Amino acid sequence: MIQIKDLHKSYHMGSNSLHVLKGINFEVKEGELVSIMGSSGSGKSTLLNILGMLDEADTGQYILDGFPIKNLNEKVAAKYRNEFLGFIFQSFNLINYKSALDNVALPLYYQNIKRKERIEKAEHYLEKVGLAQWSHHLPSELSGGQKQRVAIARALASDPKVLLADEPTGALDTKTSYEVMELIQGINDEGKTILVVTHENDIANMTKRIVNLKDGVIIDDSTVEQVRASQYV
Amino acid sequence: MFNKDRWSEIIEALNANKFRTFLTAFGVFWGIFIFVVLLALTNGLKNGVMSDFGDFATNSMFMWTQGTSKPYKGLPKGRYFNYKLDDVAALKSEIPNLKYVSPRNQLGGFQGANNVIRGTKTGAFEIYGDYPEYIKQQPMDILQGRFVSYSDINSKRKVCVIGTDVIKSLYDKDEEVLGSYVKINGVNFMVVGTFKMSNSQGDNEQDANTIYIPFTTFGQAFNRGDRVGWMAITAVDGVPITSIKQQVFDLMKSRHTVAPDDDRAIGHWDLSEQFARMNGLFIILTVVGYFVGALVLMSGIIGISNIMLIVVKERTKEIGVRRALGASPWTIKGQILQESLILTILSGMVGISFSAFVIWVLNYLLDMSGPVDSFANPSVSMTVVFTALIILVVSGLLAGLIPANSATKMKPVDALRIE
Ligand SMILES: Nc1ncnc2c1ncn2[C@@H]1O[C@H](COP(=O)(O)OP(=O)(O)OP(=O)(O)O)[C@@H](O)[C@H]1O
Ligand SMILES: [Mg+2]
Repeated sequence: MIQIKDLHKSYHMGSNSLHVLKGINFEVKEGELVSIMGSSGSGKSTLLNILGMLDEADTGQYILDGFPIKNLNEKVAAKYRNEFLGFIFQSFNLINYKSALDNVALPLYYQNIKRKERIEKAEHYLEKVGLAQWSHHLPSELSGGQKQRVAIARALASDPKVLLADEPTGALDTKTSYEVMELIQGINDEGKTILVVTHENDIANMTKRIVNLKDGVIIDDSTVEQVRASQYV
Repeated sequence: MFNKDRWSEIIEALNANKFRTFLTAFGVFWGIFIFVVLLALTNGLKNGVMSDFGDFATNSMFMWTQGTSKPYKGLPKGRYFNYKLDDVAALKSEIPNLKYVSPRNQLGGFQGANNVIRGTKTGAFEIYGDYPEYIKQQPMDILQGRFVSYSDINSKRKVCVIGTDVIKSLYDKDEEVLGSYVKINGVNFMVVGTFKMSNSQGDNEQDANTIYIPFTTFGQAFNRGDRVGWMAITAVDGVPITSIKQQVFDLMKSRHTVAPDDDRAIGHWDLSEQFARMNGLFIILTVVGYFVGALVLMSGIIGISNIMLIVVKERTKEIGVRRALGASPWTIKGQILQESLILTILSGMVGISFSAFVIWVLNYLLDMSGPVDSFANPSVSMTVVFTALIILVVSGLLAGLIPANSATKMKPVDALRIE
């Protein structure tokens, strides 16, 4: 699903330049649930953003489901993001003046799907994350866990190939984190490829494979015995 | 582009901060309001001043004598002379481009003494001796009977045509006016017609206080003989009176032995020249109105642009999220453009409506209070409204352009990092 070869990325600030990713090589197959770990500043978010086409690598190769991702113009990148990728952010990033339902329907809006069909699909995904009764609430009327579940429903709405989650539980307490992880595991069980950036070992252990970043290179990449989140909830 | 979803997206976004939306809209509202009202006021001034000209045929001049200022052929300076009826005939025969030449005489005038009696009622009116052509130069509505005719002129009939205000002060209600007699300066005249000025405005009071009698009767009854007080001269259509008035003066000078270069001997008032001058003035005023209005409007538009920039900045993160979800740069740009367009047009429409209301109130007050000097019927044409609308559309787009570009300039990753 994802193939990366010798990926480099540095940031330039004035005369200084910071080499953040120093040759990343890895591959993710369809249906995998991968966590990316590493200390703060190790380049996890940078890597995920490049995978999400929100940012571009300086050099290296990135192939997503057979499509080479290189020098895309912004229009094509937008289309790929919409069709191939779903994002889950640490700070949820819901649009605060839109109801939960409209937030979930937004990616479908950008696919020019008719409103009626959009609403139907959005309702379906809201139900899937257990928030059917909350569909007309604004984000400000939801708890953190509920917001993140709306965000997950939104990421799922366009039925993407890969879900990218940057510290999806970073703003949640332990119990809520496990609930969110349970949901993510469920989605993965249905076959969706998911990448999760996290700091926390217990969260990482709920995935099937842990990739460890340090100083811009992968120092460890190993499959783990998945801990089911359901046993904690 | 203008589908329903887009609309609800935009209305949601505008609703998200109502107060700011209102403030933004107010700038343009105010701009277009000033723009339209300014032009309406200019128009009102124009209508008012132009109506002071009355609807006298514009290609006309009035001409009278003022006494010579130079000795000529043995005649001293300071000599007075009068036009006679044969001058009128000479003008008509020698200058074919003259359409009407009406000799006129006048008795009484503004705040003069009582000069007309009917039974026990008296009044002070303006009495004019006129030829039948005069009604072609000064349009008036004959309400009853007729105007002065050539047979009146030829037979020197003692007949008169009186204005509505004359009737009001000399007759009881429902009294028969036609065929009755009024005594003007001791001479009895039979009323053969009544009139009011066509679409009179401004000085209508004075106009309706007027009595017309045949010019020849005037001369005989009031001892003027065939002397002419002044002439109202209209040139044929297409030949400006201004261009041929010198011929008229030259002919008069030679017939009255006035030095050809004695410009003071003949007084005149060139209506068409004054008219053109006024027209020019109002064109300038209108241009100034457009200019000032457009400037005020522009500051409103800059306001919109400014606020849209702030909105875009504030929504940087939202825009980043939208792009992560698959919004193309043009979708984002289109939305910003459309927001600013809708904001501009909506507030502009309200501004136009409000100015229309204010203009209506102004007209209503004018109607209530009666005519005001040099001001009448402030209004704007559809052209102005359409111009305003086009300015609104163009400027709404312009106002959105910079913010729309800045919205998509940033990489999505940077937009998302903003708190
Ligand atoms: N836009 C940027 N400009 C300059 N430097 C940046 C930028 N983004 C990230 N960096 C730097 O790159 C390095 C890696 O950042 P990154 O966000 O990928 O770390 P991270 O592993 O996600 O850390 P954390 O766990 O704290 O989120 C950091 O040192 C950071 O300061
Ligand atoms: Mg990070």
